[in-house]
Amino acid sequence: MKTKGDGRPARMAWLIAAGLVAALVGIGCGGGGDSTSSDVQQSVGEGEGEVDLIAWAGYVEDGSTDPSADWVTDFEKQTGCKVNVKVGNTSDEMVQLMRTGQYDGVSASGDATLRLIEGGDVAPVNTDLVSNYADVFPGLKDQPYNSVDGQMYGIPHGRGANLLMYNTEEVKPKPPNSWSVVFDPKQAEKYSGHITAYDSPIYIADAAVYLMKHEPDLGITNPYELDDEQFNAAIDLLKEQNEHIGEYWSDYTKEISSFANGDTTVGTTWPYQFLTLKADNKPVKAVYPSEEGSTGWSDTWMISSEAKHPNCMYMWMNHILEPQVQADVAEWFGEAPANSVACEPKYLKKGPFPDVNHCKKYDAAGDKYLDDLHYWATPLSDCGDDRGDVCKDYTDWVQAWTEVKG
Amino acid sequence: MEAADVTASARRSAGRRLAGLFHGRPRLQVGALLAGPIGWLAIGYLGSLLVLLVTAFWSLGELSGEIEHTFTLDNFKTIVESPVYREIAGRTVAMAAAVTVADAILAFPIAFFMAKVASPRVKGLLVVAVLLPLWSGYLVKVYTWRTIMSGGGVLSWVGLGAPTDDLVRIWLVMTYLWLPYMIIPLYAGLERIPNSVLSASEDLGAGPGYTFRRVILPLVFPAMVAGSIFTFSLTLGDFITPLLVSKTQLIGNVVYSNFTTDLPLAAAFSIVPIIVMVLYLLIARRLGAFEHL
Repeated sequence: MKTKGDGRPARMAWLIAAGLVAALVGIGCGGGGDSTSSDVQQSVGEGEGEVDLIAWAGYVEDGSTDPSADWVTDFEKQTGCKVNVKVGNTSDEMVQLMRTGQYDGVSASGDATLRLIEGGDVAPVNTDLVSNYADVFPGLKDQPYNSVDGQMYGIPHGRGANLLMYNTEEVKPKPPNSWSVVFDPKQAEKYSGHITAYDSPIYIADAAVYLMKHEPDLGITNPYELDDEQFNAAIDLLKEQNEHIGEYWSDYTKEISSFANGDTTVGTTWPYQFLTLKADNKPVKAVYPSEEGSTGWSDTWMISSEAKHPNCMYMWMNHILEPQVQADVAEWFGEAPANSVACEPKYLKKGPFPDVNHCKKYDAAGDKYLDDLHYWATPLSDCGDDRGDVCKDYTDWVQAWTEVKG
Repeated sequence: MEAADVTASARRSAGRRLAGLFHGRPRLQVGALLAGPIGWLAIGYLGSLLVLLVTAFWSLGELSGEIEHTFTLDNFKTIVESPVYREIAGRTVAMAAAVTVADAILAFPIAFFMAKVASPRVKGLLVVAVLLPLWSGYLVKVYTWRTIMSGGGVLSWVGLGAPTDDLVRIWLVMTYLWLPYMIIPLYAGLERIPNSVLSASEDLGAGPGYTFRRVILPLVFPAMVAGSIFTFSLTLGDFITPLLVSKTQLIGNVVYSNFTTDLPLAAAFSIVPIIVMVLYLLIARRLGAFEHL
């Protein structure tokens, strides 16, 4: 194999290649992020034939998961816009995907919206172009997580709380109604190795919500704006919890299979997993712990500033706000719809889990607990109160999360 | 007639010109031929490693979280100073070593049987059997192990408890996943040892243990190192197995979770396995594994 040949041909090839690499690195280093225009669209023209969405699981259903959950096929027939959906497991994933500029829109939670707005990845939304927007519950309009200086940056999709799910056969004797079953070491050690938690830095807020009630001396008022002392207390709580955790979940199918085969018996969940397990007759129940409250999400459809199919995206945003679609989505995922008209019995009756009391159960009007939920938000260093600029920002949360998992 | 001649000769001379350019310049010929594959290697592979290295020196904007091209050593400082990252790196290297040793021990008898004992027909069947798991997807295999090791899985049916210790679970799955990558090089290496050498050793009075230690092992050592490079490096980078069967973090998991929110930190941390592998290869070379390449 070894030849004592003239090494020069290979060397010449290396030189050419090295030159190309240097050029590549130069391009990579030089070209920065140029912000794209954030002009508000003034009218909705012809559909472009398709639309690329990033969505939470269960938000964009075309009947392939379950024939009764289908609000995409009609849309495609009516508008001619073929829907391509990419499911995101965490807000971080969604932000990263949006930054590629290859998607038209995203159903963003509050811990993603501000990052997208600040990064110039989404464009403001002209709500006049979305006829159903008028019927959206007032508690969802012009919120800090979906608007800036009175300009809306998205169309509300729906909102809901993170719930505490437990296996009714394993978690005894009393059914839990407080987060202490996963946070209080004395209770958690009973189920050690079978507890689950959401695998995202945003879960630190859940620990903060628990401490709001159980360690009031810390003075936590906003679980997303934590100063040093509050933050360290939350991290310590999570590190203690880590010893009893069986596994973390960010892939919702992983949580479903884990509860189904009994490896996990208690932990936080979205209503979607609970409804799926219940439909499979698994012995689970999910509660909203009224003692401490909970974190939750209020999701907003946002349009990319680099959207290749903006008209189809506006058509989608209007379609997802249609009363029947809102009723279907809300029942399928287990959340409160954004459109108040969707709460009329005639729409709730026709959903995948028909229930005319759905809106009451999920407090769609928001006056019982939903308006006060601690919705996922982006932690900023500016505490927003008289403490000033001392709070931990999201980068701190991300690094701390790595420490929590160890 | 003349016009056709002229155009034909013009065409010929264009092609001839190109041929003339290469004529008598063997360096240019070989250089042009090699530029393609070496270019792919340099741009696609080394180029992306270079961009990764450069990203490790960048930082993040506060609210938007977008990457800012300002030089900083903070990411490396975080990795070196923060105990959790050191722990994770150490844990990953130890896991890689454990998986490599386990695979070497498991692979050797199988490879030896295939190379020296099996009849040609059985040998062929065994090679197929060893390679067959590689045909099923990685995720399928890991999910299967997840099910086997779960509370209601096969292991508990036969009375053996499922392993609950995270590191044992990861070690089990990875030993299984990378075993074919150890068996095949070992098999090739053992095949190359002539049977006459083994019988000569026996004739000279060596017992099987002595023959193994002093004859077979040194001869098969390069093959074992080749196999170990696979098992070691694959374990260093894997994040899906720890994610699916445990709650522990290895280097790959940290990179994966920081990839979307803090790319510079993820890039800095992924330099660590690169350095480890370079050291590993240097040690292997010092031990003489590459002498017969």
